[in-house]
Amino acid sequence: MHLYEVPLIFVLVGLVLYAVLAGADFGAGFWQLLAGPGERGAPIRDHAHEAMAPVWEANHVWLIFVLTVTWTAYPSAFGAIASTLCVPLFIAALGIVMRGAAYALRAGTSSVREQDRVDLVFALSSVTTPFALGTVIGAIASRTVPVGNAAGGLLSSWTGATPLIVGVLAVANSAYIAAVFLAADAKRTGRPRELQEALRARALVAGAVAGLVAVAGLIVLHADAHFLYTRLFEGSALAAVIVSALAGLATLALVFARLYEFARYSAGLAVAAVIAGWALAQRPALLKGLTVQQAAAPHDTLVLVIVAVLGGGLILFPSLALLFRLVLRGRLDYGEDADGAPALAVSDGSGLTRLLAVSSSGLLARVAGACLLIGFGTLTVAEAGWAHAIGVVALLGFMCVGFLAIVPAQMAELERE
Amino acid sequence: MGAAHQAYLLEARQMQALSFAVHIPLVCFGIAFPAMVLFCEWLYLRSGDQLYRTLARRWTRIMAALFAVGVITGTILSFEMGLLWPNFTATFGSVFGLGFAIEGFSFFMEAIFIGIYIYGWNRLSPRAHFWSGIPIVIAGMTGSLMVIAVNAWMNHPGGFRMAGHKAVDIHPLKALFANGFLWPELTHMYIAGYIVTGFLVAGAYAIGRLRGKWGRYERTALAIPLTIAALASPVQVLVGDWAARDVAVQQPVKLAAFEGLAHTTKGASEHILGWYEDEKVKYGIGIPKLLSFLAFHNPEATVQGLDTVPKDRQPPINVVRFAFQAMVGIGTLLALLGAWLLAVRVRRRRLPESKWFYRAVAIAGPASLVALIAGWVTTEVGRQPWVVYHVMLTSEAVTGAGGIVVGYTALALVYLGVACGVVWILRRLARAPLGGEPSSPPSTAAAG
Repeated sequence: MHLYEVPLIFVLVGLVLYAVLAGADFGAGFWQLLAGPGERGAPIRDHAHEAMAPVWEANHVWLIFVLTVTWTAYPSAFGAIASTLCVPLFIAALGIVMRGAAYALRAGTSSVREQDRVDLVFALSSVTTPFALGTVIGAIASRTVPVGNAAGGLLSSWTGATPLIVGVLAVANSAYIAAVFLAADAKRTGRPRELQEALRARALVAGAVAGLVAVAGLIVLHADAHFLYTRLFEGSALAAVIVSALAGLATLALVFARLYEFARYSAGLAVAAVIAGWALAQRPALLKGLTVQQAAAPHDTLVLVIVAVLGGGLILFPSLALLFRLVLRGRLDYGEDADGAPALAVSDGSGLTRLLAVSSSGLLARVAGACLLIGFGTLTVAEAGWAHAIGVVALLGFMCVGFLAIVPAQMAELERE
Repeated sequence: MGAAHQAYLLEARQMQALSFAVHIPLVCFGIAFPAMVLFCEWLYLRSGDQLYRTLARRWTRIMAALFAVGVITGTILSFEMGLLWPNFTATFGSVFGLGFAIEGFSFFMEAIFIGIYIYGWNRLSPRAHFWSGIPIVIAGMTGSLMVIAVNAWMNHPGGFRMAGHKAVDIHPLKALFANGFLWPELTHMYIAGYIVTGFLVAGAYAIGRLRGKWGRYERTALAIPLTIAALASPVQVLVGDWAARDVAVQQPVKLAAFEGLAHTTKGASEHILGWYEDEKVKYGIGIPKLLSFLAFHNPEATVQGLDTVPKDRQPPINVVRFAFQAMVGIGTLLALLGAWLLAVRVRRRRLPESKWFYRAVAIAGPASLVALIAGWVTTEVGRQPWVVYHVMLTSEAVTGAGGIVVGYTALALVYLGVACGVVWILRRLARAPLGGEPSSPPSTAAAG
């Protein structure tokens, strides 16, 4: 492996995580759409919303991660992809906007009718977004994106057989993953058995459909993108294809046996293997006439991106683990709880009391005034860079100390009134 | 670049401006609101007073809704980096992209901990819950640092050199962080976040007071954000002045556009209001030598005029000048309003009682938004026709794909829908009581 390939591996890992985690999120919307409006579909719609609401924003960020690492490490490829495939990317972006807005608005709905409306927007955009993103992947894979600023056909580049079937596969796969995840959540949170069984049936059907679409995809590749087809059945790419097929079948079996927690992971593995197989089959080309090496940023940028991603990962993964552990342990399950505030061991408030004492003596106000004067002198009057640095700190100090001088005392006065 | 690119350059710029103007107010809430919510929660932890908890929880709901909208409008901006400006990203992605890659991690931390914070009320211990909010505040800082680093680089590019149409000799860290422009711009924006959020939140309760809702809950909810905004707005005048002095040195043509200064002038005068036409400011109030004094601290200093560059390298003067004057004018009024509050507080140890004060606070929220957007128009339009100052023209960056007007229209319609939705949900949340908890105390109960 070369240095210039490392960021691409990050991008692919991000893509796998996005396809699995956000895929489950999109798929949840798909099942909301199928559940239909009104009271009958309500259990599935509510469950789908509640399972995803705490995590959708974090899942969505994987897409931003993929975009930013791509444009930093492979800028010319990013420019070519984004300009030629602007139509599906824009459709995906609008879908993301509508989905996010629906998440924000659902909290304010009070009647079933209002909720139906919000859910419909959410569900429709949950289908268009993965489809559009799937066509982008399909277009890159079938080499319809040339190098340059919008050098490819704005429609023809992503409406070929391969992009379209990959789009359909993305939707089917999302629905499959979502059904597996939702079934697992339903079991974990002790939802009614009917709901669990309904989701299990959906997972089995969606799994079978996704498998059929994948096979159909291979037939399409054979006709439409033969070079990719032949490379898929060679060497390490072939191994990935086999792993993917086995993991897909294993997931079906696990769902059948109601072992949903294990099915989560095997479903994720199946997606990861598909993406790995695609990458291996395409290697070393990134786009038509552009290898990964040619597209890669200079050495310094690559090193810094790798350092940034590894460093960021050190903070990110423990945080993500915390979020998912809280969600999976059920300690973040959505729903207003009946009781009010939890028992609070009120601290003696000594810090606050001390602060109030200092504040009433006027010391804090004088310190704040001094900070303001120093800030004015060093930032506005003085010319040197180091003086400006002191000035900024002093002015921020004025804001903080001024706040402490005013607000706690004010709160105490309001309490007494 | 051919004429075809030029045809939709203006549409592309407007689409970018729309996306930006929608997103930037939400950024302010991302920067400042978590800190305010956490302060309320801290008061609750210290005092055990349910009122603070109720306030923090109500604000959390607003924060959650606005964060979700901020996530999606921010996503549009990152898509537009490629959809509208593919040549900019393709040429310079390896120079500035690192900033966004790091920002991505800030965004991750924000999204993860806001998820934990929002859904963790009553499900985490009070102390753990409070601490889960701290990373949100920190991520708000680092995120704005990274994004502003990229914008500062566009205004004052460094850390690379051009070889033909390719950037070579690239040093991303130098490009992003060894840039004098970064610090004034970052400080200016960060403080703006507190001013906008503070006045908007306080403004909502000021309107409530004018309508007679004035219990302890409302007073508390007004006092916290208003004090922050009142402290921040005078500081912003000083920071803005610092930023303008930097512009005077580094981007003299931009400064000339702020002031409508056609010719290089020694002891230049400052013009307030008026209109730029025929190479001078008409109907403006001129103050002799003030511009030279403000820009260089020397009333006799020479200020570079617009005529130092050809006409096609000048930004649209009146747009930039009007935006600049709007920002400075509103900013000054906000600082005076802040000073009013602080003066009453220091001398009488209470909130002002004049109706006019609360009317002014109610207007200050929207006015601060106008100043914020005017400020960004000042810096972004003032940089035109360059996307990367003196290196790449905006017309060289724009996409070769046609039909931008279709995308622009679609986005405008979707954003209109989102805006209606946000107004609707904010009104809903303002009215809805918190489930399982007493709603805010009735306003008539508390004595005046």
